[in-house]
Amino acid sequence: MHDGSTRAKPDSGAAAAESKRQRVRVLIRAAGMLPVLLILCIGFHFLSDGRFFTGQNLGIVLQQAAVNTVLAAGMTFVILTGGIDLSVGSILAASAMAGLTISKLPELGALWLPVAVLTGLGFGVINGALIALLRLPPFIVTLGSLTAVRGLARLLGADTTVFNPSIPYAFIGNGSLTLIPGVISIPWLSVIALLVILVSWLVLRRTVLGVHIYAVGGNESAARLAGIKVWAVLIFVYGVSGLLAGLGGAMQAARLYAANGLQLGQSYELDAITAVILGGTSFVGGIGSIWGTLVGALIIAALSNGLILTGVSDIWQYVIKGLVIIGAVALDRYRLQGSART
Amino acid sequence: MNDPILEMRGVSKTFFGIKALRAVDLTVYAGEIHALMGENGAGKSTLMKILSGAYRPDPGGEIRIEGRPVRIEGPLGGRAAGISIIYQELSLAPNLSVAENIYLGREISRSGLLARGAMREGVGPILQRLGADFLPSTLVAHLSMGQRQLVEIARALHARSKILIMDEPTTALSAGESERLFALIRQLRAEGLAIIYISHRMDEVYALGDRVTVLRDGRLVGSLDKPEIRADAIVRMMVGRDVSSFYKKDHDPEAGRGHPVLTATDMSDGRRVKGCSLTVHAGEVVGLAGLIGAGRTELAHLIIGASPKISGRLEIEGRPVEIRTPGEALEAGIAYLTEDRKALGLFLDMSCLDNINLAVLGRDAWLGGWLDRDKARERADRAFTGLSIRAANVGVNVGALSGGNQQKVLLSRLLAIAPKVLILDEPTRGVDVGAKSEIYAIIDNLAKSGTAILVISSDLPEIIGICDRVIVMRAGHIAGEIRREATAPLNQEDIMALATGMEQLDA
Repeated sequence: MHDGSTRAKPDSGAAAAESKRQRVRVLIRAAGMLPVLLILCIGFHFLSDGRFFTGQNLGIVLQQAAVNTVLAAGMTFVILTGGIDLSVGSILAASAMAGLTISKLPELGALWLPVAVLTGLGFGVINGALIALLRLPPFIVTLGSLTAVRGLARLLGADTTVFNPSIPYAFIGNGSLTLIPGVISIPWLSVIALLVILVSWLVLRRTVLGVHIYAVGGNESAARLAGIKVWAVLIFVYGVSGLLAGLGGAMQAARLYAANGLQLGQSYELDAITAVILGGTSFVGGIGSIWGTLVGALIIAALSNGLILTGVSDIWQYVIKGLVIIGAVALDRYRLQGSART
Repeated sequence: MNDPILEMRGVSKTFFGIKALRAVDLTVYAGEIHALMGENGAGKSTLMKILSGAYRPDPGGEIRIEGRPVRIEGPLGGRAAGISIIYQELSLAPNLSVAENIYLGREISRSGLLARGAMREGVGPILQRLGADFLPSTLVAHLSMGQRQLVEIARALHARSKILIMDEPTTALSAGESERLFALIRQLRAEGLAIIYISHRMDEVYALGDRVTVLRDGRLVGSLDKPEIRADAIVRMMVGRDVSSFYKKDHDPEAGRGHPVLTATDMSDGRRVKGCSLTVHAGEVVGLAGLIGAGRTELAHLIIGASPKISGRLEIEGRPVEIRTPGEALEAGIAYLTEDRKALGLFLDMSCLDNINLAVLGRDAWLGGWLDRDKARERADRAFTGLSIRAANVGVNVGALSGGNQQKVLLSRLLAIAPKVLILDEPTRGVDVGAKSEIYAIIDNLAKSGTAILVISSDLPEIIGICDRVIVMRAGHIAGEIRREATAPLNQEDIMALATGMEQLDA
C-alpha cells in the first residue's frame, strides 16, 4: 500500500509514470509463475535428453494435470473468499463411487455422470451452508467433511473397489479430441479442464457474482454493508468447489473404470491448494486469478513428469517437489515485494 | 529561547523521481509543543519517517540533535537518537502486559530467563509520573484506547527520548480521554521534552501549539508563533488559497418544512440505542451530534438493518418499510456512509471502478448476471470528474489513494444508487482540508436536488457549518433538537450542553 504523503500531486508527468508503473505491475502479476513453468520445462527437456517436449509427453503432462486443475479451479473460488476447502479429495472419491454404482444399473447406467457431479454439488452445498449460515470456520467444517465424506465413500462401495469395464462415456477418461488428424490431438480430460478454467474465468471476471466473490474475500464486513448477500456467495463458492470435485470424480472413474472409496483422491486437496498458491492467489482472499491456478496446476504436473523422465527416485521426488513449491512462492513474494500479502 | 534540540536543514526525500520533501528546514526547541500541519500528501509522514529512521533522506541535508549532526538509520535509529514516535495506529502487542510492552525488544533477563518482576518495578515510577490508573502487569488488551496511548508514551519516556512525535493521537480517543492526554502533553512540555504534534484538527492546535509549522506539497510553507495562530491563516497556508466559503450552503434551509422522507420511530437495540425517533425531510441536512459512545453510529446501523433491533418502525416517504439487512436498506433508498471506510466501506485491493460500481452491478447487469463493463466504466469516469477524484485512472486500486479520495470513491458508490436518504457517518474524518470543502459542496448539492441527508459528526464546527437542524444524542437517547433560525444561528455551546446533559443542571 502507498503512503499518502509519499505521493506527489499527480502532475501530468508523474501521472503518466505512475500509470506506466501500474501497467508493468499488472503485467508482472498476470505473468505470475509462467516464467517458472517455462524454466522448469526447458530444464527438464535438457536433463531428459530431449524427451520432455514431445507431443506424446506433453499430452501426458496435460492429462496428469487435468483432474488437479479442475479441483484447483474450485479451490480458487473458495480461497478468493478467504476460505479453504479440505474436503475435495473425499468428495471426489464419494462422487466417483456414487457414479460407478449407478453406472452398473442396467437402465440408469447413462445417468452416472450427472449423478457423480450432483453428489459433489450436494456435499459442497452442505459445506457452504454450515459455513455461511451457522458461521462456522471453513477450516473446521471442511476438515470434518474430509473425514465424514471419506467414510461415506467407503460405505457406498461396501468398502471394496467397484469395477465397471463397460462404463458409459469412458472416452472422457481415455479418449482424445483430434484437432488435426495424426498431428494434434488433446486428451478429453484436458479439454474438460480447460473448459472449466474458461468458465471459471467468465464467472469471476465477467459476472456480478464474480465481483461479489472478490469483494467478500477483500472485506467481508464491507461487503455485508454494501448489501451483498455474503451467505449466498459463500454457499455458491463451496457449492462450486464440491461440484468440480464431483466432476473430478467422474473424470477419474471414466479413466480407471473403477473406484475405491478408501484410496481414491487421498490428499488431492493438498495438490489443489498448492496449485492455487503457486498461482499467486492470496491466502487471505480477495486477490488472485484463475489463470494463475492453471499455471500452478501445470507446474505440479510438469514437475512430477519431469522428475520421472530424468530418473529421480520416488523418495527424492517428494523432497524436490516440496522445495520447488516453497522456492517458487518465495520468489513470487520477493518479486512483488510491497504489493503482495499472503 | 534556549538552543534548539532538533534542527533540520535542507532535508529532501525523493521517491522514484517524485519529490516528497523539498529542502525542508525545521527547528524544534526543548519544552515546546510544535504543531505540524498540512493536507494529506503534504509530506508530514515522510518527514516523520526520516526522523524515525524508516526512510533515509536524500544526501545534502543535515539533521542536528542538541547541536550535533546525526545520521538516523534503521528502525531503531530514531530511538537511539532520542526520538520516539507515537503512531495513529498504536504499535502495542495486546496479548502482552504493560511492562512487557514497554520493555519490548529490550527485555531484562537473568541467566536467560525473563525477569518479569524487575521489569514491572522498572516501569512503576514512569507510570506513576504519567498518572496511569492501571498496573504494569495489566494486559494491554484490557486497556482503553486512551490508556494504551499512555503506555506508548511511557515506552518513549522509558527509552529516555527527548523528542516525542505524536501523529493524530486523538483520532481514537473520546473527548474526556483527549482532555487528559492534553494535560499530560503539557506536563511533558513542562518537564522539558520537545513534542512534535501532528494533527488535522484546528481546535487541538489552538489548545496545545506553541508554534505551528505548515507543510504543502513537500515544502515548508512557514511557521506561526502562538499569538499569530489563527484558523484562517493556517488554512490559507495549507491550501495555498483563501478558503472564504469553506462550508458551502446554498440549499434552501426552509426545506425542513417540506415532506418527510425518513421517519424512524422508537428505535431500540436493547443495549446502546433506547427508543430513538427522528425525521429527515426532503432537501434537508440534519446533524446527529453527541459524544463518542452516545449511540449515534449504533442508531444508524439500526436504521439500515446492519444490527438487529428489538423495537422500531421505519417509514420512507410516508410508507412503512421493513428493513432487516443493509441490502434491503439500499433497495428502500437508504444509503449509509460508514465512519470506518477502510474496515467497513472500501475494498482496498479492488479498483476504483469496482468500488464505485459495486452497489449497482446487479441493476446494470444483462440477463441477470453479466457485467455491463461499458456502463461501469462510464459511471466511474463520471464519478471521477463529478467529485474530482484524483488518481491516475479508474483502474487504480483504492488502497493507493489518499484519505480524501478514498472517501470520495466510497461516496460515489452510494450516489450511484441515487438514494432518497443519505446517512453520512463522520464524512470528513481523516480527510484533508481541500477534500473536506469539496465534500461539503457535494452534500450541499445533494440537498439542493432533494435528498434527505443525516450527518453524524463529532466535528461541531462542521455540524454547525452544513446542517439546517441538529439532533443531539446522549447515552442512547435523543437528548434534544436545535433548529437553525434566521435570528439565532446554531452554536457549539447549545449542542455541547445537550450532549453532556448540562442543560438539565441549568434547569
